[in-house]
Amino acid sequence: MLTHDKMINMYYTMCLIRAFEDRVHELFAQGKIPGFVHLYAGEEAVAVGVIANLKRGDFITSTHRGHGHCIAMGVDVRGMMAELFGRRTGTCKGKGGSMHIADFEKGMLGANGIVGAGGPLAIGAALALKYKGTDNVVVCFAGDGAQNQGAVLESLNLAAVWKLPVIFVVEDNQYAISLRSLTPSALQPRVSTAKSVAERAIGFGIPSITVDGQDVLAVYEAAKAAVERARRGEGPSLLDCKTYRYYGHFEGDPMVYRSREEIEEWRKRDPILIFKDKLMRMGVATEELLNQIRTKAVSEVEEAVKFAEESPFPEPSEAYTDVFTDPYY
Amino acid sequence: MSEVRELTFVEALNEALMQEMERDPSVIVMGEDVGVYGGIFGVTKGLLEKFGPNRVIDTPISEAGFIGAGVGAAAVGLRPVVELMFVDFFGVCMDQIYNQAAKMRYMFGGKIKIPLTIRTTIGGGVSAAAQHSQVLYSIFMHVPGLKVVVPSTPYDAKGLLISAIRDDNPKMFFEHKLLYGIKGPVPKEPYTIPFGVADVKAEGSDVTVVAVAYMVHEALKAADELRKEGISVEVIDPRTLVPFDKETIFKSVKKTGRLVIVDEDYDRAGFASWVAALVADECFGYLDAPIKRVTTPNVPIPFSPPLEREVLPNAKKIIKAIKEVVKKG
Ligand SMILES: Cc1ncc(C[n+]2csc(CCOP(=O)(O)OP(=O)(O)O)c2C)c(N)n1
Ligand SMILES: [Mg+2]
Repeated sequence: MLTHDKMINMYYTMCLIRAFEDRVHELFAQGKIPGFVHLYAGEEAVAVGVIANLKRGDFITSTHRGHGHCIAMGVDVRGMMAELFGRRTGTCKGKGGSMHIADFEKGMLGANGIVGAGGPLAIGAALALKYKGTDNVVVCFAGDGAQNQGAVLESLNLAAVWKLPVIFVVEDNQYAISLRSLTPSALQPRVSTAKSVAERAIGFGIPSITVDGQDVLAVYEAAKAAVERARRGEGPSLLDCKTYRYYGHFEGDPMVYRSREEIEEWRKRDPILIFKDKLMRMGVATEELLNQIRTKAVSEVEEAVKFAEESPFPEPSEAYTDVFTDPYY
Repeated sequence: MSEVRELTFVEALNEALMQEMERDPSVIVMGEDVGVYGGIFGVTKGLLEKFGPNRVIDTPISEAGFIGAGVGAAAVGLRPVVELMFVDFFGVCMDQIYNQAAKMRYMFGGKIKIPLTIRTTIGGGVSAAAQHSQVLYSIFMHVPGLKVVVPSTPYDAKGLLISAIRDDNPKMFFEHKLLYGIKGPVPKEPYTIPFGVADVKAEGSDVTVVAVAYMVHEALKAADELRKEGISVEVIDPRTLVPFDKETIFKSVKKTGRLVIVDEDYDRAGFASWVAALVADECFGYLDAPIKRVTTPNVPIPFSPPLEREVLPNAKKIIKAIKEVVKKG
């Protein structure tokens, strides 16, 4: 059972992700953050519900939409914000940006600009953990779109035949840019003849389950079973989490492929509101406390913005370091 | 005489696709978000509405699958135009490009043809970081059997794309992100530009500058700047790297005695080095100064704007290189 403290922590983390993403959305619009930025708002329950099951020594691989995964893994939001601002104090010294935040010490093996690339990396990390004889596990986060990438399908197969401690977490947010995951229109072909990715996993011999990705406790429970199975050495599982992204595919996306009404419909099932309601009904916390927690998350993000804005840019000479472990490039 | 309008690079490409699809029912378009979205940069806008989902196919994120499908479809009589959203993603589908498309005709004794066009986005300058900012055309030049097309103006974009679609060989067609918004005169009627014919974008007598894609514009800026200082710069855009118009460049170098090559690709074993080698072979006796290359150093493209500016070629660096060669001899 989840302790009250742990649930409050999970709530805080969800609020922190939301506050971070909402603020980045504004900062991007103001021209303060350059590049390609993909926001996780609306999907918080997936990262937080899964990662609440992890312990020291576990790893995750992430995607282009990685801020939520980073925050849930405990990556410092000040460093993340500074990274988005391209500052030297950023998590990756300003070299990576939004799509390439990594913090190996925290178990975060990197956001990724290549859709599906996390699959092979995850099974490789799992192979190493298994080889070392630990009971640690690896979580591979990937979108609904990524499930059609060859590398991901190869990884599912290898994870199954090598019985690796991996949990594949599908973030089915209904879209891969404009391509619908579940409800094809007359103008777009289906992406798969299977009803869901969960159904497809069975063909690989991987147990799978479809989860309400807006309900953090449901995600937590499903992930718990999968993580325990992996820790026992029984092999991979797949969670197909149904969720939704509130903002465009990337910041600046005109979103011609979906309606305002659809977004409003999903916002009614907001993962933070759902959890807040549950926490109150379960008697874990009062509304007042939960509101305070949310305010605290907002101010942590404000501090991060201040930190980022006050940080220096890297020196031009830093462009030539870090190619190899030695100075050669 | 055909009517001539000012169009953006995107509009010019879009018009080429529209006109070729109208003219030839064997032309089909495939790729991620090319249909409902109209291409993430808008190049395929309106095609789905006009030609329907049988000819304009929104694909899942399965590049090895759909780029390879383009090869197979071309082998049996279609003229597919397939979009690889960013060239940086070629890694997931390269076998279909360089072992299949590029070599089939030769291996099969010249008995088949592969009239396939792969359109892809290239280039830095927008803080898109290491996996979305490369140009990489040199890699494709290296593989026998692929034609390599790199337009720099709306006029060239339309004419070269129409030529590409009608050409019976596999082609990589590179579109630089920073060019999409630029405007220029484009005839309304369809027209072709032959491959292997360089275009002299500015005439000059002191130094020859060979530049590709967006770098043509930086070279022209440099030429304008230097004209004020009494240095006369000839800017040549080869427009296709395979086939390559050596003669126009040799002729120019024989006239100016000096050569600067501007190439956004990584320096090592790239386009610029190859051109330098050709000119060293053929025009050694005419050179009054060493050949200079203005390229991207051998480091991944960094995210942070000051780092990215440090590594990418620009007018300032071109001016510096030109002054160096003009001083000598
Ligand atoms: C190999 C590769 N192909 C295409 C892209 C371009 N791209 C980036 S994100 C994306 C959609 C991803 O959809 P999904 O996996 O569902 O993740 P979501 O964006 O919905 O979180 C695409 C096509 C890419 N980055 N890498
Ligand atoms: Mg998705």
